[in-house]
Parts: sequence; structure tokens; C-alpha cells
Amino acid sequence: MKQQQTLDIREGYKEKFGFHDDIKPIFKSRRGLDKDVVAQISDMKGEPAWMRDFRLKSYQEFERKTLPRWGGNVAEIDFQNIFYYLKPMEEQGKTWEDVPGDIKRTFDKLGIPEAEQKFLSGVGAQYDSEVVYHKIKESLTKQGVLFLDTDSALREHPDLFREYFGTLIPPTDNKFAALNSAVWSGGSFIYVPKGVQVEMPLQAYFRINAQNMGQFERTLIIVDEGAWVHYVEGCTAPIYASDSLHSAVVEIIVKRGARCRYTTIQNWSNNVYNLVTKRAAAYGDATMEWVDANLGSKLTMKYPSVYLMEAGAHVEILSIAFAGKGQHQDAGGKAVHAAPNTTSSIVSKSISKDGGRAGYRGLIKIAKGAKGSKSNVRCDALLLDEHSRSDTYPYMEIEEDQVTIGHEATVSKIGDEQLFYLMSRGIPEVEAAAMIVNGFIEPITKELPMEYAVEMNRLIQLQMEGSVG
Amino acid sequence: MSANATLEIQSLHVSIEGKPILKGLSLKVKKGEIHALMGPNGSGKSTLANALMGNPKYEVTEGKILLNGQDLLEMGADERGRKGLFLAFQYPTAIPGVSVANFLRMALTARRKEMGEEKPLPPKEFRALMKEKMAILKMDDSFAGRYINDGFSGGEKKRAEILQMAVLRPEIAILDETDSGLDIDALRIVSDGVNALAGPDLGVLLITHYQRILNYIKPQFVHVLVDGRVVKSGGPELAHELEAQGYDWVRDIQAA
Repeated sequence: MKQQQTLDIREGYKEKFGFHDDIKPIFKSRRGLDKDVVAQISDMKGEPAWMRDFRLKSYQEFERKTLPRWGGNVAEIDFQNIFYYLKPMEEQGKTWEDVPGDIKRTFDKLGIPEAEQKFLSGVGAQYDSEVVYHKIKESLTKQGVLFLDTDSALREHPDLFREYFGTLIPPTDNKFAALNSAVWSGGSFIYVPKGVQVEMPLQAYFRINAQNMGQFERTLIIVDEGAWVHYVEGCTAPIYASDSLHSAVVEIIVKRGARCRYTTIQNWSNNVYNLVTKRAAAYGDATMEWVDANLGSKLTMKYPSVYLMEAGAHVEILSIAFAGKGQHQDAGGKAVHAAPNTTSSIVSKSISKDGGRAGYRGLIKIAKGAKGSKSNVRCDALLLDEHSRSDTYPYMEIEEDQVTIGHEATVSKIGDEQLFYLMSRGIPEVEAAAMIVNGFIEPITKELPMEYAVEMNRLIQLQMEGSVG
Repeated sequence: MSANATLEIQSLHVSIEGKPILKGLSLKVKKGEIHALMGPNGSGKSTLANALMGNPKYEVTEGKILLNGQDLLEMGADERGRKGLFLAFQYPTAIPGVSVANFLRMALTARRKEMGEEKPLPPKEFRALMKEKMAILKMDDSFAGRYINDGFSGGEKKRAEILQMAVLRPEIAILDETDSGLDIDALRIVSDGVNALAGPDLGVLLITHYQRILNYIKPQFVHVLVDGRVVKSGGPELAHELEAQGYDWVRDIQAA
């Protein structure tokens, strides 16, 4: 076969997502973090005293806590080299016309306004620290659905906000949750009233623009009894030589008989540390679904979790981790069975190429008394070459006897025979390899709405470009 | 492309892991012709099929392969496929998660582009094309949605190969032991499929161990491959002689 040229990894990313805007922010906190910066963020936002206190206590917690010594290498993060708050514009846009030209062009390029028109119930767009655009269809507002940025929710729905905020992930949970609690800004707040079905997805898009930026959105979703919502988040960032940090906290309450699906297509540039804490509580007969696809970032540590609080609660976690050159995806999921007859299913597909490292880290915990619970975990890894790595850490803590647990793990290598077969039909090597990878994750992408499945396939294709021939 | 497309193999030498398998094989297949290449186990039949298609595991150490005068050895497997060479595999590989329809659509788009047709076939026309070709091969409509060769029976795999050939319309098709593992009914369906495609626009190189498939697909030319070389060529009668006398007969010729 002819020798193919070796290209830079994620070459196409630069053009499609890796650009940046030269905008003059309204306000930018000074580099680094201390108590004053935390207080300044709260003051800028004009927050109530309890939130200011919460932030300052969280900062103390952040100072006290040590970095995790498992997962990926977080020791190289220089916390004093990061900007913790950047306000890009004065007031949030109610229409896209309200959004300044450069920023709007960025979201145009990312296809957000177009998607909003075509298939979404509502859109939030965050640019560095603040949400610059937010809108939900009027028909949903009339049904009492709330979808707004988290800062506005604190102002406009203080009681509802305070009832749930920080209840699933307290600042003491881990160092990065503490950091987010101290400096959080933006994110989505969703409330779906009893019995309301939000047919089309709500989407938020998170964009980092500035260099050495830290983005710390905070998302809180409450799905009331018998309601249903699908929330989708996407994210990208410019390519810079120095690192940025994204550390979100997401809390979701799924009440009795309700259903929530949370889909992430994480496509950060390869200079972003992505350290996110996501947790849901599912009550009687409720269903929580995490669809978590990680393609970008330098290092991702993220394990969407669910506490199954009452009988009949169910969780599905579908995880995709794709690591290329210089990337480490430590992804997975956790299910804690805290009540009888609860069920969980985790499917993980990890792909590594060009020396990348991708894997599954997960926990199934079945508490004493959670009789009749069922759990099934399946982890498949696909290695695209000899020098890439796949890890599987499936932790189990089973304290009850009358339960059903299934676990299956496979590791496979992309086959020369498969490549030759597809290529013999005229398909070029990179496309053929992308086809095999897309086939590998098909059990997960088939669960996505068509538009996102198409987008996923495109991103995989992009990730595959630069394969060594 | 050219009216008299030709696959020309000139004194081809091929090795696998340093071991010579083909030792100077020459053969010429023109559009509109059907050639049968027969040979015993280990004579180099599958090696020839793989080397022609450009399987990187097979090393061409000497000789030439030309398609319409163009040097195939300069091209990867994908380019050879786009140029109109097709291999119906003896053991087609499964690609889980990739549907027959999606795969074929992509392959067809690549092939059309090569022939100067920039736009892919519109989805509706593509579906109609699939339906028509699947009907010829007595395949159920649901087949298009199944994953390539994943969980296919032996007969389904061979039919899927011919389906791909029918959709991609190559100029020269190599059928590598397409008859192996087929019962009589499946053999008839697959052969009918090949015969429906055969004609002035297609050249066929039918590689087989047994004479059986030649009862269904009638070659004009028969060649006998022994130990990496064509030792005898003739008309259809040669296949019958082989059937009657066995491969030892040609081995004896060669030895003489």
C-alpha cells in the first residue's frame, strides 16, 4: 500500500472549532485565585449574602482539600495561572441580534442558532463565564417550564433554587466541586413541572474563548413527578499552547415517575483540563439517563453518578471515551442502589489511538436492603494501534445478597482485515477507519436524536483524520 | 471508461512473510470475458486475489498488474476499488455497527466520483437501486439494515458480496471461491446473480477449486494454476478434463 502522510492530530479541529475571537471583555478578574477574587465574583453578580458565604466557605474547602492521586495527572494544573471570571458583555441577549457581532459569529459557526430553529425547545449559550443568550419556546413557558441560566435562577426563583442547590454535590465532595462552588458562574437551571413532557431537547452550549480561562458553570435540573426532559450540552474551545480549566458541577433531581436524559458531547480543544462532577438522584420508578461522550480535552475525569433512592428507580449510563495523541479520557459512571428493586445499566465504549489513553472507571454499589436490585455493566475498548492504552476499573460494592449483577468487558484491536475489506470497495483509509469506530459506538449513537448522531459521526471522522497510514 | 477494459497480469511474483507463493503468473482478462482459474489447495489462488486487490500483507516482489494500462501496484486497495476492480472475498469480514446500506452508499459515492460524477446518488434512487439488486439475489429488504457480514450465514455472506458487486458495477471482478460453503440452492442464486451482471461491460476472473460452479457460470477461458504459475490454458473443455482426471494430471504435464 502507498505510504500515507502523517498529519497532526485533530488537524481539522483548528479550523472548525479551534479559532478564537479578539473581544474586549466588560470585566476580567485578575489572574489567579484567592479569597478576594471569590468575593469579587459574588459582588459583581450582586448576590445575596448566603451565596457569598457559601462561596467563601467553599474556597476554604478547596484550599484544604488535596488533589486526587488517582485517575489522570492533575498535578500540573497551575491554579494561579488561570482567570476565574470573565464577563464578555453587559446584558444577556434575548435574541441573537442582541449578542455582539464576534460572539454571535462564533455561535453561528458552531451552528447553534440554526439548530435552535430546527429541532430544539430552547437554547442557552455560555461564552467564558457568562451566558450570553438564552431562550425557551413560549409554549413551554406557558406550561411552567423554567429554563434559564443559573445566575438568573438565583435572582428570579430564590426559594426553588435554594431548596436544591448543593444538595447532591456539597462543596466538601471533592476538590473540584469545592472550586466550582467557590467560583461558579453560568450554567443551566431547569424546572419541569409535574406531568409536563418537553418533547424536543433543551440545549446548552459552552464555549471557552479566552486564554488560560477557567469555566465553572453550575447546572441544576429538577424534573417533577411524571415529567420528562432531554437536556443536551456541547462544548468547544480555541487551541492555545497553554492550559485552560473546565470544572462544572451538575445536580439533577428526578422525582417519582419522571424521566431525564442528559446528553453531553464534550469536544474541548486538547489544552483543556475537564474535571466535572455530575450527580443525579432518582426517586420511585423514575429514570435517569446519562449519555456521556468525551472526544476532546487534554484530560477528562468524569463519572456521571446516580443515587437510586426509591424502589423502581432506573439508570442508564452510556459512555463514550475517545483519546487521541496527548489525551487521557478517564470516564465512566456510578450507580448507587439505595432502595429495593432498583436497576442500573452501564455501557462504556472507549477508543484510543496515537498513544492516547481512554478507559472506564465505574462503581456499582448496592446497599444493604436493596433487595431485588439488578445491575449490568458492559465495557468495550477498541485500540487503533500498538502504542495506545485502555484501562478498565470496574469497582463493585455489593452489600446485599438478593441481587443480580452482570459484568462483561472486551478489548479489541481495529482489524487489518476490516480495513482492507472496506478499502477494497473504494473507501479511503481514514474514512474506513472512522466507519469501523462509528460502528463500534453505534449501540450508543443509535440512542441519540438523529441530528446528534450525525454530529457524533462527524466528530469521530474529525478525530480520525491524521491517522498514520 | 475504455470500451475494452483489461486486467493484465505480467509475470507476477508474490510472497507472504518472505515465502514466495506466486512465481511468475501471467494472465489477461478483458471486459466481456469470463475466465476461470482453477487450482488445487496451496497453488496460490487466494494469494492472487489478495495481491490483485492490494492487500498489504501480500508483497509483490516482481511483475506488473495493469488495469486499462494503469499500474495498479502504485495504488492502494481503495484506489483500485474506485478504478473498477472488485474482489468478492472468500471469507468476508464482519463490521459490527455498520449497515450494509450505509457502507454501500459511501462506497458507491466514492466509485461515482472516480467516474466523474461528483454528486452522490439521491437517497430515494439509492434505495430503489438496493431494492432492485437485492430482489435479483432473493434477499429480504431488511438485509440493507443489517450490519455487514455480522451474524450472516455462509450463503448470506456470498450473496452480500455479489450484491456489492451489483451496486458498484466494477469493470473487472475477481470471485475468490465464491462457491465454497454454498449448498446447491444458494449456489444457483449466487450464480444467477453473477450471470445477470456478466456481459460486455464486465470481465470476470472466477477462482475456484472445483468444477461445480462452472455448471452455472460458463467461462470462455479456463486456466490451471499449479505452484504459483499458470501451467495450462484452454477453453471450457479443460475444466471437464480436470474434473475427470484430477489435478495430478496437470502436475504431471508440468513435471514432464
